[in-house]
Amino acid sequence: MKKIIYTDNNATTMIAPEVFDAMKPFLTERYGNPSSMYTFGGSIHKDVEEARGKVAHLLGASDLSEIMFTSCGTESDNAAIIGTLRTYPEKKHIITTKAEHAAVLNLCQYMETEGYRVTYLGINEEGMIDINELKSSIDTDTALISIMYANNETGVIFPVEEIAEIARQRNVVFHTDAVQAAGKIPMNMTKFPADMVSISGHKIHAPKGVGALYIRRGTKFKPFMIGGHQEHSRRGGTENVASIVGLGRAAELAEEHFDDEIKRVRELRDKLEKSLLEKIPNTRLNGSKDKRLPNTTNIGFEFIEGEAILLMMDAENIAASSGSACTSGSLAPSHVLRSMGIPFTFIQGSIRFSLSRYNTEKDIDHIIKCLAPIIEKLRKISPYGN
Amino acid sequence: MWDYTDKVMEHFTNPKNVGEIESPDAVGEVGSIVCGDALKLTLRVDKKTEKITDAKFKTFGCASAIASSSILTEIIIGMTIDEASKITNKVIAEKLGGLPEEKLHCSVMGMEALEKAVANYRGEPAKKETIGEEKEICKCFSVTDQKIIRAIKENNIRTVGGVTHYTKAGGGCGKCVPEIQKLLDEFWDKNDAKCEVKKAKVKPKKCLTNLKRISLIQDTIDREIRPPLKADGGDIKLVDIDRNKVYVSFLGACLGCPSTGVTLKALVEAKLKEFVDENIVVEEVSG
Repeated sequence: MKKIIYTDNNATTMIAPEVFDAMKPFLTERYGNPSSMYTFGGSIHKDVEEARGKVAHLLGASDLSEIMFTSCGTESDNAAIIGTLRTYPEKKHIITTKAEHAAVLNLCQYMETEGYRVTYLGINEEGMIDINELKSSIDTDTALISIMYANNETGVIFPVEEIAEIARQRNVVFHTDAVQAAGKIPMNMTKFPADMVSISGHKIHAPKGVGALYIRRGTKFKPFMIGGHQEHSRRGGTENVASIVGLGRAAELAEEHFDDEIKRVRELRDKLEKSLLEKIPNTRLNGSKDKRLPNTTNIGFEFIEGEAILLMMDAENIAASSGSACTSGSLAPSHVLRSMGIPFTFIQGSIRFSLSRYNTEKDIDHIIKCLAPIIEKLRKISPYGN
Repeated sequence: MWDYTDKVMEHFTNPKNVGEIESPDAVGEVGSIVCGDALKLTLRVDKKTEKITDAKFKTFGCASAIASSSILTEIIIGMTIDEASKITNKVIAEKLGGLPEEKLHCSVMGMEALEKAVANYRGEPAKKETIGEEKEICKCFSVTDQKIIRAIKENNIRTVGGVTHYTKAGGGCGKCVPEIQKLLDEFWDKNDAKCEVKKAKVKPKKCLTNLKRISLIQDTIDREIRPPLKADGGDIKLVDIDRNKVYVSFLGACLGCPSTGVTLKALVEAKLKEFVDENIVVEEVSG
């Protein structure tokens, strides 16, 4: 297989070699159950707790018990939202945004069929929500505010600290889906007053199939996954030990690489973005330029369609993703870009590049070199191209 | 990721006849950027012979939309306008070696552009299936009831998902799904009723001699069961018959295929029940 230029890290990431090494013993000889009484199993409990400590450290949690391991980001979101709604059955109102990931958006839409009222906050052309709209949406019936930390498509960071403060003043539980933000930008739960935070392993170089939910001490919570005593009886099911250990190691590595992510990766992203916008006519940046994750850029190429661009890039071994209709699984293009009011001529040809610490300047140069001819070729085919 | 055929990828990476004929003899334009795909087809037609001497396209859309347009131009160059007017989306999809079902609407777009070009050449208004009011069913992709009914009819569609694959209707906000279901129900209520009459006439005969029964089973396997299996690289053979029990063994790609259990019941047994005897039970044995 040819070397792939992987710039789709908001979709998933490579497992860091250090993470894989840390996991190996738990996939081979150390297969015991952490709940067992004998050393062979019981000793593994310590490894799980060590991993918990590393995740807690990444988030700046003040207590290990604040970290609950789950099977993925979607489960974390479901546990936070359903767990909170079960805790306050008399309250029937949820506030979220139009830009959420399907894990939150589709769940909220489902809760509407269960008798809940949901306010979906709009986003502006920069991909940003209006704090005043949030403030005026809260009422005595509001059980939960669930707003993502950073958007997966544009990388735009929402003012979650301000939102958390407002939620606290109004005595409403605040959950944030930080799947895209955790591990890319520093977070400190002692200063950030959110009640629940979802994270996912495979977005930060741990394997797929593991996630975590931060639940602030004192936050009332009813389990979503009902079963055994694991995770302080908040999430039944034998621990996915190897992956939890992997997530712990990944959290540790993410902290070590924060500086690299914020400086070098950002510079690479900026170089890519600047070059494409300058070199190729009829392009635009989708989303705020400043309030953004350091690794993400979403660029619209006017008059052509995203899937075609992706397949041409694939032929050059470049991996990225698109918000076009053809690639979305449904026939409608990205709900995020549409909510931002971006013209359809740009949405269909939107490409998201999401970098990681494993990307190099060579990767970026290769993409810059390949993109212009691809765009030109497709525009020649397009009836809107000239 | 879509499982595109080599033919689709070939026509996507090296599309034939890209461009626009200057002062063309016929133009067919369909789709829009909002819909996610659009095609402009221009034709040069020899007035005497009515032969299409050149065709060019410009397409906004995904790989399968570009490939469908490209192969369409190849198909129709050299045809008379009359011949071209008979090209359907099926022909386009077949020439590409098939399209993923979610992408069949791309072949429909090719057919529609061609129909418009033919109508434009003949100086007719765009062809309509039925005279009468057209109602827009799908607001997201501007799809009318006529277009949906036509797709159902021409492609033997039975499900809302199928309608979406061919026309995109129902693929946006999904609000029109109940209306599409209604159109499907209405269409098939009418047409299945017709089929029931036909079917009743060819009810399987039960009083067969043993020899006739065996040959009917073998015939049914050869005619109804083997072709679809072969299409997927597999095959089946009749091993033994013991009263109502029919023993078969799978061959080729069917061997080790995890879905043979389903095939056994949903295809083999169902067909034998339909054409031979309702009491037949099929079992798989190793050949």
